Amino acid sequence: MKRQLILEDGTVFIGKAFGSSTEKIGEVVFNTGMTGYQEILSDPSYCGQIVTLTYPLIGNYGINRDDFESIHPAIAGMVVKEVAELPSNWRSELTLDEFLKQKGIPGISGIDTRKLTRIIRNHGTLKGIICGLNHKSENIIEQMKATVLPVNQVKQVSTKTAYRNPGRGYRVVLVDYGMKQGILRDLNDRGFDVIVVPHNTTAEEVLNLHPDGIMLSNGPGDPVDVTCAIQMIKEIQGKVPLFGICLGHQLFALANGCETEKMKFGHRGSNHPVKDLRTGKVALTSQNHGYTVNVDSVQGTDLEVTHLALNDETIEGLKHKTYPAFTVQYHPEASPGPEDANYLFDEFYKMIEAHAVKGEVLCQNVRI
Amino acid sequence: MPKRTNIKSILVIGSGPIIIGQAAEFDYAGTQACMALKEEGYRVILINSNPATIMTDSEMADKVYIEPITLEFVSKIIRKERPDALLPTLGGQTGLNMAVELANAGILEECGVQILGTKLSAIQQAEDRDLFRNLMNELGEPVPDSEIIHNLEEAKQFVEQVGYPVIVRPAFTLGGTGGGICSDEDELLEIVTGGLKSSPVTQCLLEKSIAGFKEIEYEVMRDANDNAIVVCNMENFDPVGVHTGDSIVAAPSQTLSDREYQMLRNTSLKIIRALKIEGGCNVQLALDPDSYQYYVIEVNPRVSRSSALASKATGYPIAKLAAKIAVGLTLDEMMNPVTGKTYASFEPALDYVVTKIPRWPFDKFESANRNLGTQMKATGEVMAIGRTFEESILKAVRSLEAGFHHLELQEDTDDAVIEKRIRKAGDERLFYIGEALRRGVTIQTIHDWSEIDLFFLQKLKNIVDFEKELKQNPFDEEVLLTGKQMGFSDKKIASLWHEKEITVYEWRKEKGIMPVYKMVDTCAAEFESETPYFYGTFEDENESVVTDKKSVVVLGSGPIRIGQGVEFDYATVHSVWAIKEAGYEAIIINNNPETVSTDFSISDKLYFEPLTIEDVMHVIDLEKPIGVIVQFGGQTAINLAAQLVEHGVTILGTSLEDLDRAENRDKFEHALSEMAIPQPKGKTAFSVEEAVKIATEIGYPTLVRPSYVLGGRAMEIVDKEEELLYYMKHAVKINPEHPVLIDRYLTGKEIEVDAISDGNTVVIPGIMEHIERAGVHSGDSIAVYPPQNITTLQMEKIVEYTEELAKGLNIIGLLNIQYVISNDEVYVIEVNPRSSRTVPFLSKITNIPMANLATKVILGKTLEELGFSNGLVPEKKGVYVKVPVFSFAKLKRVDITLGPEMKSTGEVMGKDVTLEKALYKGLVASGMKVREHGSVLLTVADKDKEEVLQLARRFHAIGYNLIATSGTAALLKNENIPVSIVDKIGSEHKDVLDVIRTGEAQLVVNTLTKGKQPERDGFRIRRESVENNVPCLTSLDTAEAILRVIESMNFSAEPMEHAPKSREVIYT
Repeated sequence: MKRQLILEDGTVFIGKAFGSSTEKIGEVVFNTGMTGYQEILSDPSYCGQIVTLTYPLIGNYGINRDDFESIHPAIAGMVVKEVAELPSNWRSELTLDEFLKQKGIPGISGIDTRKLTRIIRNHGTLKGIICGLNHKSENIIEQMKATVLPVNQVKQVSTKTAYRNPGRGYRVVLVDYGMKQGILRDLNDRGFDVIVVPHNTTAEEVLNLHPDGIMLSNGPGDPVDVTCAIQMIKEIQGKVPLFGICLGHQLFALANGCETEKMKFGHRGSNHPVKDLRTGKVALTSQNHGYTVNVDSVQGTDLEVTHLALNDETIEGLKHKTYPAFTVQYHPEASPGPEDANYLFDEFYKMIEAHAVKGEVLCQNVRI
Repeated sequence: MPKRTNIKSILVIGSGPIIIGQAAEFDYAGTQACMALKEEGYRVILINSNPATIMTDSEMADKVYIEPITLEFVSKIIRKERPDALLPTLGGQTGLNMAVELANAGILEECGVQILGTKLSAIQQAEDRDLFRNLMNELGEPVPDSEIIHNLEEAKQFVEQVGYPVIVRPAFTLGGTGGGICSDEDELLEIVTGGLKSSPVTQCLLEKSIAGFKEIEYEVMRDANDNAIVVCNMENFDPVGVHTGDSIVAAPSQTLSDREYQMLRNTSLKIIRALKIEGGCNVQLALDPDSYQYYVIEVNPRVSRSSALASKATGYPIAKLAAKIAVGLTLDEMMNPVTGKTYASFEPALDYVVTKIPRWPFDKFESANRNLGTQMKATGEVMAIGRTFEESILKAVRSLEAGFHHLELQEDTDDAVIEKRIRKAGDERLFYIGEALRRGVTIQTIHDWSEIDLFFLQKLKNIVDFEKELKQNPFDEEVLLTGKQMGFSDKKIASLWHEKEITVYEWRKEKGIMPVYKMVDTCAAEFESETPYFYGTFEDENESVVTDKKSVVVLGSGPIRIGQGVEFDYATVHSVWAIKEAGYEAIIINNNPETVSTDFSISDKLYFEPLTIEDVMHVIDLEKPIGVIVQFGGQTAINLAAQLVEHGVTILGTSLEDLDRAENRDKFEHALSEMAIPQPKGKTAFSVEEAVKIATEIGYPTLVRPSYVLGGRAMEIVDKEEELLYYMKHAVKINPEHPVLIDRYLTGKEIEVDAISDGNTVVIPGIMEHIERAGVHSGDSIAVYPPQNITTLQMEKIVEYTEELAKGLNIIGLLNIQYVISNDEVYVIEVNPRSSRTVPFLSKITNIPMANLATKVILGKTLEELGFSNGLVPEKKGVYVKVPVFSFAKLKRVDITLGPEMKSTGEVMGKDVTLEKALYKGLVASGMKVREHGSVLLTVADKDKEEVLQLARRFHAIGYNLIATSGTAALLKNENIPVSIVDKIGSEHKDVLDVIRTGEAQLVVNTLTKGKQPERDGFRIRRESVENNVPCLTSLDTAEAILRVIESMNFSAEPMEHAPKSREVIYT
């Protein structure tokens, strides 16, 4: 069956339908990773976006039980050159097509995804719709222009209630703005006792949980829309060691008086070089963000820049000048993508450890 | 870190001649490295024995030495040039081994030469099986159960522990030489014995076989600041068990989830960091298709064939950056030359599928064992890029120029053979799979037979299934478009539609079903790039912008194969440069990932496409060049000329008609008789009966060959009718479309000439004389410049004929002529209206840039305008020899006898003041050990016995022991030449094979007794020599040349002459 992708600039791509037959409007973005489509489509940060994968063959290794970054994918749609009919991998349980059908996500294949990518690159991110051929593109474009995309994506994807993921180590409160499971996994790997809380949890509520550290997760959308978080961060920083990732990084910056801005087409992929300004070393990182912290706005705040994107010199890492708090724009939990930056979780651990020595030692820290 | 300023001059070691396992990729790597180092301001000194390379051009380095890559000569150069540093990791295994040898000999220390890039200790750690295994254990990285063994006993013990099958990997060898998989004791005996011999340290690794695992490679880079990246990963179509150089390879990996991808990425980076590699490195891994279990198979601590492939597959120039890392630069301070905007510290993202298929020499070596295993057999490879796997692999298939245009066999086969050929990997497995699918065998069954991943098999099935769709829907636009998106060739579509190929093309063009060109930009379009590197695909948006500048298309020469080597790439690159100099836009089409010509920085535009008429026409239809140059791409390009003209394309240079006059036998004969230039008698036969009649007419021995061939393929000398009939039956399929040429075979001195003509002026840069008499293919002969044994009169004759031929055939550009001097008469054997194998050799000797001049002439300049005048250019001082290099050790069951069919894979140059010295260098550079004393085994055919006496006498005179079988020995004894007799093969006592095997003879002279029916004993003697690395000479001329060299190395030890009786002093 044929289907079309129409962009707000009027470009129409006709391709083949896969996944669900629903019609979805969303911001069209592209990701250049050559593997990891399962993690990408289940990454809550893509909430409401139509994701184009630049690698042409998608679905080759199917969908497996383990590699989800959330239970319910939040992407609006998927655009690929070719979707595999016969996946081949020992862990594969479903085809990508079957899975997207299950989850009500439309997909379109067989289109010139490189052309689409170049449009996004030159034009900047734009709105698009995946729909059937029965629509006239003029009407659709009008409709699309009139559509205001939702700004409450964080609320959509964040957990509604707090839950505990027990461990015997330090306690970390993880604020879920649209958290990837990978963050939880990396905290668990280090023995943390993790309590995941909803995005609108207040500082007081967090402190009542007696955390040794606080982790701000990634998440979708524009950070300025997540007003509740900014207040919480302002109140909590300095009291508990803090580590933020992606949206968490942007919120930390906003809480400290910096500004954020929308990027032309963002950073989405598994090959983004980031330079650690303190060591001069470069890590290849996994990234997924459409907003960035404005470089000039950092001046005069209590923050300092620790990491820069090698290619466009946008800010990739910040730390507080006095408080035990640091954040990165990229994804040290990888999945998908390189694990070069995974050591940051160890640094978080060390920071908590250093801070805890000064304070009380919790009984849970005593290994039995 | 900024580049180092405490070093000024750097010695770069090249990889020497092209052999199986070490091909043009090192010319590409070396050229990039030299350019990169010069760019950074260093003084570069280069040593490489291979004259057919771009890297040995005098502009590539400040000092270029074309000398043997041996301790003796490299030491000399180091002592003379006193470089501050040495860069060993860009010259393949040859360069690496040389560096180790120099260090061990203390030369580097003596001359204060530092090793740049990866340290020798790291190289040793990666290459020495034992050290490597220890390191992997330390890192906790799994390696298959294995044991280092030094003798057969140890091997047997290991097998007792782990059982069969086991893999044998000799230490410090190239392309898996001497290795293999053993499934029983016989194979163990054979392979381990051979493996120990081929290892310079008599050491092999025996490894439990993990055949059937996925084979995955990572190309990684690291700088001194410990930044490390993956440039590309690749997945082999053939599972573990087939050498990666012989595997079909896809890039990036296709069936790995991100988790598996990152797991293996982490391992690769961990290893490169542990080894402290500074530069490029290749990590080979095996992954269980049913779990996360993986093993590290091998690490190459240097730039390799895979890195050339990765560079072309991604656009990321590994060798160039590796050279810069070696002088201290770090990845984060170098720009990515493709985008020009981003940094080199970055992992390329592909938005296409790359497929590589190896090119094997079995079309020339029909008797060779065609099974593929752990020892590489391919001479070259092709790469293709597509937006689907189907498109990518079908483009690669038709790039091979092996007679395939689709996944189908050329002849009918029965089911049992198909199964057999799929179960055991061989060069044509892909095509047998295609046929099996067509016959309804399921992909599951094929997977059970071959362990090839179902993903790949499904893709092949898609192709085969779509054949029906196409067949049922002739001239259906939508079906055709889908077919083209799946990579179907017009040729295949035409045959399914029962139409002519050109009809399909024209119809398609009219309907607008034409490819667009996408850029290879390292970043999947994320950043704007300016690289002029494109591939074609059937999609919407074309990115190749046609400029206003007048352009010229040059066709490359495709994969490296016997008969068409790196020489043609050399000429292609020079032609491209000349076109740019002349003010045109130079566009190249080629499909060989190993070469300099497919480096995107060489041409104004590079189209990485198959060299078929359809794919070339696509580019031409878009670019609308002023014309196409076909002279430099060997026979590949020449063969396209007629079809190009049919499509209305202008061939620049010698016209199609004149090309045909030189290539078509009858027209050529006619042209020669018009010009009154003598040639051996000969005629074209269209049937067997006619062939017999012609041969009887002109008299035996005759030279027989199919018309239009490359490198003397299927060419033979037959002595009588019986042999002729055998040849007609077995070697060729004669019919009116494929006639056979029959010529009188003249014995005599062979002469080769290359010339450039603009139609009025003919410049002859040089004349070469062959050491071996006519009958040995010119590519397999030792060529000498200037000629040593021809008279002034003959020389004048040759010059005169050459001028006449060039003008008479209306050559515009290059031509190559082979002459034979028989009974004082000069005959023309062959004229090639194109660049030849000897163009780089002569260009380097004479300093006349032949390909450049020819290109400018083709573009309309006259030779006079370019500063040249008619005739033979005055001879250069010194003597220069071109010595062929063979890869027989890699090709089991191939007969090494030299004949009219070419067998060598590469060449070296030797130069010095005398012929003997030049020959010495050439022979040494070709890998031969020339010993001042020792034993020579003589087993020659009856017809050669008289001639061998002379040689035997001279061997004896310089103190060589002579060993011979009874017949030859009797003859020698008769002449009072001392000789030890050795039994013929099969004797209970020590036989002739034992003599070779035990190393008793250091040189074997064996001439072919008779004809073509495999003459078992001689064949076994020759193979035994190859297996034991004992030089075996099958031409008495080569033997004589070597003798001359040895004689010149020896002071004679002759007793004082007896005084004649009359003058005897009589003491009483």
